[in-house]
Amino acid sequence: MQRRRSSCLTRSQVFCLALGCVRAMPSVAQGTLTTPSILAPASTPAKEIYGLSLFVLLITGTIFVVVGGLLGLVIIRFHARKGDAEHEPAQVYGSTQVELAWTVIPVLIVVVLFLTTARIIFAIQGAPEPKSALDVTVVGHQFWWEFRYPKLGIVTANELHVPVSTSSNPEPTYLKLLSADVNHSFWVPQLGGKTDLIPNHPNQLWIDPQEAGLYRGQCAQFCGVEHALMLIRVYVDTPQQFAAWVKNEQQPGAQDPAVAAGRRVFETEACMNCHTIAGTAAKGTFDPDLTHLMSRATIAAGAAVNTPENLHDWIKDPNTFKPGALMPAMQLSNQQTDEVVAYLLTLH
Amino acid sequence: MADRTLPIPGSLDATRLRDAALLEWLHSWVVTVDHKKLGILYVLYAVFFLLVAGTEAMCIRIQLVVPNNHFLSPELFNEFFTMHGTTMVFLVGMTIIFGIGNYLVPLMIGARDMAFPRLNAFSFWLSASGGLFLYFSFIGGFGLYGMGSAPDITWWAYAPLTEKPFTPGHNTDYWALSLIVMGFGTLGAAINTIATAFSMRCKGMTLMRMPLFVWLMVVTSGLTLITITPLTAAQIMLVIDRYLGAHFFDAQAGGAPIVWMHFFWIFGHPEVYVLILPAFGIASEVIPVFSRKAIFGYPAMVAASVGIAFVSTTVWAHHMFTVGMTSVGNTFFVLSTMMVGIPTGIKIFNWIATMWGGKIRFATPMLFCTAFLFQFLCAGLTGIMLGVAPWNWQLHNSYFVIAHFHYTLTGSFLFCIFAAFYYWYPKVTGRMLSEKLGKWHFWLFFIGFHLTFDTMHFVGMLGMPRSIYTYEADRGWSTLNFWISMGGLIQAIAVLIFAWNLIRSYLDGKEAGNDPWDAWTLEWSVPSPPPAYNFADDPVVRSRRPLWDLKHPDDPDWKYEQ
Repeated sequence: MQRRRSSCLTRSQVFCLALGCVRAMPSVAQGTLTTPSILAPASTPAKEIYGLSLFVLLITGTIFVVVGGLLGLVIIRFHARKGDAEHEPAQVYGSTQVELAWTVIPVLIVVVLFLTTARIIFAIQGAPEPKSALDVTVVGHQFWWEFRYPKLGIVTANELHVPVSTSSNPEPTYLKLLSADVNHSFWVPQLGGKTDLIPNHPNQLWIDPQEAGLYRGQCAQFCGVEHALMLIRVYVDTPQQFAAWVKNEQQPGAQDPAVAAGRRVFETEACMNCHTIAGTAAKGTFDPDLTHLMSRATIAAGAAVNTPENLHDWIKDPNTFKPGALMPAMQLSNQQTDEVVAYLLTLH
Repeated sequence: MADRTLPIPGSLDATRLRDAALLEWLHSWVVTVDHKKLGILYVLYAVFFLLVAGTEAMCIRIQLVVPNNHFLSPELFNEFFTMHGTTMVFLVGMTIIFGIGNYLVPLMIGARDMAFPRLNAFSFWLSASGGLFLYFSFIGGFGLYGMGSAPDITWWAYAPLTEKPFTPGHNTDYWALSLIVMGFGTLGAAINTIATAFSMRCKGMTLMRMPLFVWLMVVTSGLTLITITPLTAAQIMLVIDRYLGAHFFDAQAGGAPIVWMHFFWIFGHPEVYVLILPAFGIASEVIPVFSRKAIFGYPAMVAASVGIAFVSTTVWAHHMFTVGMTSVGNTFFVLSTMMVGIPTGIKIFNWIATMWGGKIRFATPMLFCTAFLFQFLCAGLTGIMLGVAPWNWQLHNSYFVIAHFHYTLTGSFLFCIFAAFYYWYPKVTGRMLSEKLGKWHFWLFFIGFHLTFDTMHFVGMLGMPRSIYTYEADRGWSTLNFWISMGGLIQAIAVLIFAWNLIRSYLDGKEAGNDPWDAWTLEWSVPSPPPAYNFADDPVVRSRRPLWDLKHPDDPDWKYEQ
């Protein structure tokens, strides 16, 4: 399925740019959810942008056909032929009327495009935050995402959970965007445009996904060595799923005596300086909160699937999945690593 | 040692050594103040770095040809795309326009040299040393990764990533200092070009009779003076931040990263026009000659060029639609960005009108210029799409943006530069470039270009951001990336054919004569290559096409020009 869709796209690029885009759209929209395409919007800002983009495509496509067609016509009609007479063609130096015409028409097109664009800018940026909105603070780090839910008392990382927002029960999510170090950019194409996370410069972004599911995105502003593996997953939950997730996240970390050895390693080695596990001595804030690590599908900001083997390899040497990640290899013995992994596996 | 005389080239009493001739020849190139020799030096330097930066691009494409590839380490990938961008803009783009301008401006206006020949040499050597200094970073300073510390901070180098806490090595220093040095070289070249065009024109050549290429070099030079200044200021602030404890952009001490963005893009956007305007100038010389017609609407072309330069200084924050500006701020930059479309539209229409009714000869220069028209049209239209701020929130920093600016910088700028090579190479060397190799070069490059950059638009819309060294297999980008890389390969082959053509035709190309294209501007009235003094007698012109007047005494231009 995926292969077929892609090859259809490459074929379409032999057509003109604008037409090619239009042709590609339906096939992309029907595709799997995994491609983070801006042509398959699932939230109001993304949909408004998509609608605007179709209008702009229509206008630019028309210009392309007209001007490109003129150019093609000139090439075909006026190329020098063997039988041509020797003398030079008639010399034309200009024409005020014609030149005025092709100045005025672009001016009119610019006015139309500008007014349409301005309307959408104000609609998206000026949308007032409703009372029912969920607040999330997003903090960008080299090279992972911290998500804080101030009203719910939840801190998590890399995988954002938000409720579905329907017209009967609107529950948009308002993201406050901060950065702990350098510039990042939050981009989940199907949910909305990107907005940068800039230190000393809080930004805001809102989404209201209307269909439950998983939406993927990633950092869109170069932020250092592992910029490429700073991935985002947004889980849009049904109200029941979301309530259950919130309830679980609000619990302190599980304390299973069977894995006390692992917890001791975690609390006595440097792990606790950077990571938090609620209910233990580990209160570090430099790196992801691990209180409910096992509720997440991936580790290392999406660089690897969250399996016991990957956890083991990651703790042994983070460079395995993510060369340049800021977590150091802790030089734990094999036994210590096994114990820590066993402990982490209980953190549901 | 003491009794040996060092062979100072040119001095009469120097002992002649066996290789003194070679030494003298080299020496003559190093100390030259001749605008033609300096122009050739600029161009050769640019071609060398075109090959270097092209190699970097190919490494980038090999890394991305399949998902999860391990051809380059992340560190090296980041260095390569940073150096690719920086090299292409500063070491290739800027030097090649001032190289071609250096060679042609005095010849086109009937002068014997630039206004300030010594400043001219000084500018070239400053720019050249800046570039070498930048590349020294690959082996020079110590780095974390055992391979020197070439800049890996992107070519827009956003703070605070460039601040000491985040890049403790010397990469940022090499980047900032070399750009300062090159910036001063460029400023010298720009001042020289303006002074030359305004004060060295031959008798009868009013401003409104100047060839359009010269006009465009003047406008570009003016724009250079406006844009290089904030860039240099920002680089100096950055160096002060890093070494003297200032906090201009250092967010941890209360500085403002946004200020860097403003400084950089006040330089960065007009910079695009600094590069593309001379390309317009080249097209405005080539298209009329190969269509056998005078340029259509010369005054409008001049006005549009000046207009583009003015408007281009008001659009910079369209690179910053995603940094969280107010709605009003965003709206302003949408309007100013779209306004650029009006004068550029006029230019495209005028070029097409020039071709209309002509007898178009599709020799290699004209092929490149025709493709330029088509690609520049597309680049303008995708530029409008990116200027629509809400759509920009999606497209910004995606592969769509990469596709767009390669349509301007490769599809438009580089295509015109290639046209200039085929068109003026006979003047510079006295030999024609091979048409057969030229056609191979054109068609391969054209096909490769479209395969690569058309496809990039789509992969951008599918959500692929720029600057990433790897991507997952399940994102739906794999097939498209494969074809993008294949297109790159085809372009690389085309460029090698071009380089081979340059060398081979120099050795045994067809003799060109003074005026192989039956052209109309003054440079074609002198021998190829021109003598050191250019013109034996000061030329006198009565119209924009002095050689047309000579060739058609019964139907001269000056009777009709507005």
